Amino acid sequence: MSMTEPAITPDLVAKHNLTPEEYQHAVKILGRNPTYTELGIFSVMWSEHCSYKNTRPLLKTFPTRSPRILVGAGEENAGIIDIGHGLAVAFKIESHNHPSAVEPFQGATTGVGGIIRDIFTMGARPVCAANSLRFGELSSAEVRRLFSGVVQGIAHYGNCFGIPTVAGEVYFDRSYEGNPLVNAFCLGVLRHEQITRGAAHGVGNPVFYVGPATGRDGLAGAAFASQDLTEASAEQQRGAVQVGDPFMEKLVCEACLELLATGAVAGMQDMGAAGLTCSTCEMAARAGTGIEIELDKVPQRAPGMSSYEIMLSESQERMLVVVHKGREEEVKRIFDKWDLPWAEIGVITDTGHMVVRHGGRQVVNIPARKIADESPVYHREAVEPAYLQAVRAFRLDGVPDTVQPLEDLKRLLAWPSIASKNWVYRQYDHQVRAGTVVLPGSDAAVIRIKEDCLPVMSAELAARVESQTAPGQAFPEKYLALTVDCNGTYVYLDPYEGGKAAVTEACRNLACSGAIPLGATDNLNMANPHKPELFWQIRESVRGLAEACRAFDAPVTGGNCSLYNQNPNGPIDPTPTVAVVGLIEKPEHITTQWFKDEGDTIILLGEAVDLGDPLLGLGGSAWLQVVHGLKTGAPPRCDLEAARTLHTTLVGLIQSGLIKSAHDCSEGGLAVTLAECTMSRMEARGTPRFMGATVDLSEWPETRTSALLFGETQSRVVATCTSRDGCKVVERARLMGVPAQIIGKVGGERLTLKTRGSEFSASVDELHHPWWNSLAKHMNQPGE
Amino acid sequence: MNFSVLQFPASNCDQDAVHAIRRLGHHARLVWHKDNLPAGTDAVIVPGGFSYGDYLRCGAIARFSPVMQSVRQFADKGGWVLGICNGFQVLTEAGLLPGALVRNRDLQFHCEQVYLKTAAADTPFTRRIPADKPLRIPIAHGEGCYYADEATLAELRANGQVLWQYCDSEGNVTDQANPNGALHNIAGICNKGRNVAGLMPHPERACEALLGSEDGKWIFESLFEAGRERPAAGTP
Repeated sequence: MSMTEPAITPDLVAKHNLTPEEYQHAVKILGRNPTYTELGIFSVMWSEHCSYKNTRPLLKTFPTRSPRILVGAGEENAGIIDIGHGLAVAFKIESHNHPSAVEPFQGATTGVGGIIRDIFTMGARPVCAANSLRFGELSSAEVRRLFSGVVQGIAHYGNCFGIPTVAGEVYFDRSYEGNPLVNAFCLGVLRHEQITRGAAHGVGNPVFYVGPATGRDGLAGAAFASQDLTEASAEQQRGAVQVGDPFMEKLVCEACLELLATGAVAGMQDMGAAGLTCSTCEMAARAGTGIEIELDKVPQRAPGMSSYEIMLSESQERMLVVVHKGREEEVKRIFDKWDLPWAEIGVITDTGHMVVRHGGRQVVNIPARKIADESPVYHREAVEPAYLQAVRAFRLDGVPDTVQPLEDLKRLLAWPSIASKNWVYRQYDHQVRAGTVVLPGSDAAVIRIKEDCLPVMSAELAARVESQTAPGQAFPEKYLALTVDCNGTYVYLDPYEGGKAAVTEACRNLACSGAIPLGATDNLNMANPHKPELFWQIRESVRGLAEACRAFDAPVTGGNCSLYNQNPNGPIDPTPTVAVVGLIEKPEHITTQWFKDEGDTIILLGEAVDLGDPLLGLGGSAWLQVVHGLKTGAPPRCDLEAARTLHTTLVGLIQSGLIKSAHDCSEGGLAVTLAECTMSRMEARGTPRFMGATVDLSEWPETRTSALLFGETQSRVVATCTSRDGCKVVERARLMGVPAQIIGKVGGERLTLKTRGSEFSASVDELHHPWWNSLAKHMNQPGE
Repeated sequence: MNFSVLQFPASNCDQDAVHAIRRLGHHARLVWHKDNLPAGTDAVIVPGGFSYGDYLRCGAIARFSPVMQSVRQFADKGGWVLGICNGFQVLTEAGLLPGALVRNRDLQFHCEQVYLKTAAADTPFTRRIPADKPLRIPIAHGEGCYYADEATLAELRANGQVLWQYCDSEGNVTDQANPNGALHNIAGICNKGRNVAGLMPHPERACEALLGSEDGKWIFESLFEAGRERPAAGTP
């Protein structure tokens, strides 16, 4: 504690990733030069991770309101949406890319841990998780190591905590080599009355630290996440990766929810990025109060930690709780019950300042609101990247049409980005909590919200709920669908169209499940914003996301920005991942993607091929990449109006009880979609249930066979109904303005596909094998 | 019938067991690991989860908890105890069931549906299971490979203590149907007294058509039927 602190030199300021201007602003806020600890605090609070200084102007363009929004984007740790009957959901997605690149297992575990804390911090019980992952190509041993480490990390944390990991997506592309993307999503449930604020209200209220002791791990992780990732930095920063303990998290979560029910809590916030710094500062800033803490009282794991280290540590599973004065005993009772460390470390003041004492000295004295609210904002320069000219000029003239459609189909099915992800999700407990109705492997996961999904209620709330419930009235169970989507190739080839397509695909997946969107959370995984070409990608993709979220009434409730994602060969493909949560009105509307019964009629909703697109939906397609080694061409156009009509029509048909299965067309086009419909129903280990089909597309006007089979024209869904309802469904769809045609019949053990220029037939088993076993084969696991 | 579902610090299938039992029309309450079993307990469920984080071995720490002393007394008096997943591990660690659960042979966690063949019908856990019906029930574990020495295995077989084996949809006990490498495809066993049983699969996750399978309820229905025939046995 008597350690001499380094002098503040321009070099030290630069090492903290603060520009000379930012440093001068800090001096102005303080009215003096900062102490070393204060410099650290400014550094993390003004990092992109905490301040969104480069992206805030863009994020403001997202739609964030709807009558259902109870807590909006940016207000708190996570947004909250009303789902009816006094119930609500809190959800959010967040990245842990850089830590996962350095130490995949721990990087992923702490990513999951962090997002779970963001949810229970709001007073919600976390009930399901999802994720979005990107890696380089699996031919690289290093990529396989990262992939397997990340999946194991997510599995370890989620499985032990006891949260089902129900949905996700994984893509493999060279641009992510060395810089994997690990985005973790969590959703929690609560009653409206249970919403908890991360504000330090009530002058004189004591401040409690709960959870494990603070160590030197994860020092300044937020600042680390806001730099270009280089080999040197990766090696240097290995120590910046935090270590996750899901057992501790489970205890902290249960104890916090139990504590909230006592009514003793005035405000609560997790210590996530920038640890004690961010939590104290943000809580005081939100309430307009001050906060004073004593570092000698903070439980410490290592001896002789400096104030700088304690304030910036990112040790995991810690919470900061402001308690109503006089009710301290309740905190002690509950945390002792759960055998959790706790300490009273400070008090709320009326000074508006965040004051930190250590070893009898004052080491920090910063106006809390100013550091939180006066963070710098940059309007970065944006210039369209030069590569896009070639992309737009690309035509199919030199690309031969498919000659062996069946071979092409099998190659696509085995392509890791399209292949079944069972190797991944089998490692996640996706059924704990007894609420997963549609397991991973369909368009969207569906979970059932039942009474035990709610946090424990206070006696007062329980009495009120009971008084409003008629005797014998069952709990109003809810059904939520959720999906995470983003085709980074599309975004790379056209950030605006790609941004729209990401949201549209997510909403289409929900519609296929019978759900109407409630809201979205986004994770902008981008490269260096200081480079105008890369900032242009960010700006354009956000424009696309925002427009699409508006079109589908899916307000953004919050999210995360991860910038500086690059590898030694260049930036990653811009990847604005979107998770959308939707509500399914009744359990009988829950719809899955696989064909159900022999004789059912197969209907294509949407145009088979967008003939107005010079590339016929093949730009940026999986087929061009896999069969021709080309990752170029303008991606398929995303007409939001057409998409919206399709989604509402499809959900309407589902609600009328007409639809037996629905599957959206995405990567790999209609042929891959149809193949998945025939083979994706998994009854049990080693027991897939196949249902063949005969499909005839020869009525379709002459076009490239590859466009018809493998083109990725947007807004298409393959649906089935009984043969009796076939004409009715087509008529109703057309009446609503959705192109629709009967294209075949379910039955047999083969998939037979006929176009004007081609015909092939394969046993479903023959298609299933490469699709189901591809990832395991790449990972050198024995297939089944 | 009154079920006591144990709650260790990181049990995470405790609520699911309570939910399943209540849905099937019986009483279930959670019992904190620092407490004793409440009077009037007819059967005990040791649920899945990661008890104390499982940092030593799965279930190795849980066996020392106060509630387990009380469960031991309950079992000694003939009370019915069912351990599910981590609960099965706890019961083997506590010596209430023979053998051990070790890491899955491919070293990976497995969450998937499996089929179970019921190998003995004369227990309170299996008596209502329709003969020759493979049960479709999910598993979710990383350490579920049942292991015991030859002598123990011989004894299990001789006494008919093997209750469930992994099988295919037709009921054939094959190596391919074995998700974790368990010896003899053993998914669940009981003690000699036939009042304590453990299994790796999660019957509580398979009690509703909505969740894809109702096969798990046969195990609970067996206990309910046994309960109707006799009053609470071993309440301390």
